Amino acid sequence: MTAAASSARPALRDHLVARAFRTKTGAIAGGWLVLLALAAIFAHVLTPYEYDVQQLSAAYSPPSLSHWLGTDEFGRDLLTRILYGARISLSVSVISIGLSVLAGMVLGAAAGYFGGRLDRMITTVIDLSWSFPEILVALILVAIIGPGVTGTMVAITVAYLAQFARLTRAQVMAIKSETFIEAASGLGASHRHILFRHLLPNAITPVLVSGMLATGDAIILEATLGFFGLGAQPPTPSWGAMMSSGTALLFKAPWIIIFPGLAAAITVVSINLFGDALIAGLDVRSRPRTE
Amino acid sequence: MGLLEVDRLSVGIGRLTLLEEIAFEVDRGEILGLVGESGSGKSLTALAIAGLLPLIGARVTAGAIRFDNTDLTRLDESRLRKFRGRRIAFITQNPMTALDPLQPIGEQVDVVARLHLGLTADVARSRTIEILTQLRIPEAATIYRQYPHQLSGGMKQRVVIAMALAGEPDLIVADEPTTALDVTVQAQIIHLLTSLVRERGLALVLITHDMGVVAQCCDRVAVLYAGRLAEQQGVNALFATPAHPYTHALIDCIPKDGMARDSLTGIAGSVPSVAHFPPGCRFHPRCIGRQSVCETNVPGATALPGGVVSCHFPLNGDQRHG
Amino acid sequence: MTAYVVRRLLMLVPVFLAVSVVIFLIIHLIPGDPVDNLIKIGSGPEQRAAIVARYGLDRSLPEQYLIWLAGLVRGDLGTAIVAQRPVSTLIAQALPHSLALGGLSLLVSAGVGIVLGAVAMRYRDGPIDQAIMGGVLLGSTLPTFWLGLLMILLFSVVLGWFPVSGARTWSSLVLPVLTIGLAGTALVVRVTRIAMIEAAQKDFVLLLHAKGLPPSRIRLRHVLRHALTPVVTILALRIGWILGGAVTVEVVFARPGLGTLLIKALNQHDYPVVQACLLMLAMAVMLGTLVGDILQAAIDPRVRANLK
Repeated sequence: MTAAASSARPALRDHLVARAFRTKTGAIAGGWLVLLALAAIFAHVLTPYEYDVQQLSAAYSPPSLSHWLGTDEFGRDLLTRILYGARISLSVSVISIGLSVLAGMVLGAAAGYFGGRLDRMITTVIDLSWSFPEILVALILVAIIGPGVTGTMVAITVAYLAQFARLTRAQVMAIKSETFIEAASGLGASHRHILFRHLLPNAITPVLVSGMLATGDAIILEATLGFFGLGAQPPTPSWGAMMSSGTALLFKAPWIIIFPGLAAAITVVSINLFGDALIAGLDVRSRPRTE
Repeated sequence: MGLLEVDRLSVGIGRLTLLEEIAFEVDRGEILGLVGESGSGKSLTALAIAGLLPLIGARVTAGAIRFDNTDLTRLDESRLRKFRGRRIAFITQNPMTALDPLQPIGEQVDVVARLHLGLTADVARSRTIEILTQLRIPEAATIYRQYPHQLSGGMKQRVVIAMALAGEPDLIVADEPTTALDVTVQAQIIHLLTSLVRERGLALVLITHDMGVVAQCCDRVAVLYAGRLAEQQGVNALFATPAHPYTHALIDCIPKDGMARDSLTGIAGSVPSVAHFPPGCRFHPRCIGRQSVCETNVPGATALPGGVVSCHFPLNGDQRHG
Repeated sequence: MTAYVVRRLLMLVPVFLAVSVVIFLIIHLIPGDPVDNLIKIGSGPEQRAAIVARYGLDRSLPEQYLIWLAGLVRGDLGTAIVAQRPVSTLIAQALPHSLALGGLSLLVSAGVGIVLGAVAMRYRDGPIDQAIMGGVLLGSTLPTFWLGLLMILLFSVVLGWFPVSGARTWSSLVLPVLTIGLAGTALVVRVTRIAMIEAAQKDFVLLLHAKGLPPSRIRLRHVLRHALTPVVTILALRIGWILGGAVTVEVVFARPGLGTLLIKALNQHDYPVVQACLLMLAMAVMLGTLVGDILQAAIDPRVRANLK
């Protein structure tokens, strides 16, 4: 969504997003995402608790009026931690996917536009990493960089890069052959002019939409790394890390696992539904491949 | 009364009416040419006769399709299936895509006889090879085991025709059977179909936009325009004295003496889409002889000596070659 | 066909080499002295010297790679730092568990997914289709590990039907397979449904109807068969994705396997084990793609024709 809003052609993009919001599922899904983003930003105002202050006397409280979603093993308010966790989960995912889209578009556009050996080199590397699951690529990178927020962000950025590079390349190749590009290069336009004025603006919408959908996957990937203890390190709350510490307490305090997971699940489903609403507004030709 | 009688047939999708009161007849040993530009409703008529309208979400809204005195529009799907492939065979436009690419040729022909005539696998197999041979497919026994991608376009169309013949049908509906083929192969296929009709006494509805093919082999011609019947006549009368200005224009489009005419594209403009059918006579925006009545009133059917025309001002003999 | 399989295997060699280079480099890309990454903290100078000699750490990078690769080929994957045992032994213990879980999940995903996809296509846009596609949306978006935890909570803790964790009995496989299977099934359902809808619009299907074949037979023997080609492609391409799910699920259900081994080694900085696990998973992905290609050739005569 963030990516979609910061596009080069606001008129069309606003139109597309606005249209998605006008559908019923689009409105509900988009509504949840906006609300969650606001709640994450204003978490420090919204809740009376701190995310890292332990209060062992209140440990393992089930959901109640004072702790709506209960407390964890250190007596920390779960709702507070979920909201602060949303900051980490959302910003890590959105920023990483943003970087991934950017890098993927540069690589894909270069490969698709210039062709030849550059294309073959980029395509080989991209196809190689694309055939491996994102989690595997991410684990290799985390193994190298080490656990933490930086490692997670690099891992997500690289893990999804292939997808955007492939998509951009395909789009650029498809549009490149269209007549108005040939006309432009016939008129002596520079590579930069053609690439940035003609090719990328036309390729950007499907890439952004698939970037939006990938943000949902990235939230899960971030949570999974966190769950493995490889993401944001304690006491920083992230959804994955919260559930990781809750595993041992599954019988004693299941809410520690249920609620962060529910937050992640609703968010990811919302992103997908909103993405579908966006896709429905695109024409068939520029529809990104989602498989 | 012919073998097939299409009687004031109307076809629609949703609230749109695609075909309106189409009527023609074909008898055994006879070839009916169904002509018109793309969008005129030829293929839809073919689908209607084969009872395949539900596949594209369309349905018969009025009229009847009488085949050997049975109204096909009143049959349910399972009883209709007894006709399809058995007594009424269908040949589609593009032989390249008409065969299942994952199944050997022979099995695709066999299945018709096994399903409709109850033949065993062995009998069906030798019969298929026999039919393939009759259709002058060389080395039929080898072809039998091959897959569609191993055959040329002309060969594939022969296989499609073999599939049509396998059920020993009385009527074949061929939807532009030669459009996707080379010119030389076209002539072969047309010749093949014609001789089948003459030798076996089949009835053939030949859908085409090629007036040359029509002149070559058809007995009767029905001209469709924008979902309505423009004219129906015997082939000689039609070419000698076309009554509808549209038929006249179509005939004018035939390249003569091997030379393309100025207006090979024929008539200015194109067939309107369903959503934009004009009021009155649907041909009037493109008609050179239109009057104000043409823009408001739908022309009724006027009887001709051996046919029928729907035009307020049918051409008479003097004008027809002007 | 045999020639094709051999050729496809040979085509995997460069891919394998590329992947092995990346995995080999892990040791050198991690901050710090590679020796420290291969040895227990506080080891004496003799042990350090032994490691340097064994991995050729005093030589150039390409030479080190060749030494490492030669070890791989001999089945020598190094010594686990924490467990102080040959890595190959650890892998040999973990692999059967992962193979059983991954293979079974793949079968369940493919079987259930194709059936549900065909059903959804049959009743397209009706309530059954919508229900299936709703389940698909959930299955493809819910975090796998969370789903696994919820399954444990429901079936093991509340209902007590299956063991919570471990791998001692066959019944311990049910929940892990279901957890991975849901995500895999979601993928297969989606592909099957779309592929069948597309196949049903092909020309030859019209002609099959015109031949008077019963619609159910057309759907099963022709349309579904056509849809299987993309399904197999997607399954082969995403086989690693399902294995990825297996990694997560192993950790959640505390099952022995490559995933648990990998995550534990990552947390313990036991790099020889990390390398070996990643290599095994990468090889599984490559072999999966190969199997997919072979299956595709079995389904489609046109693919077979291109082999020659």
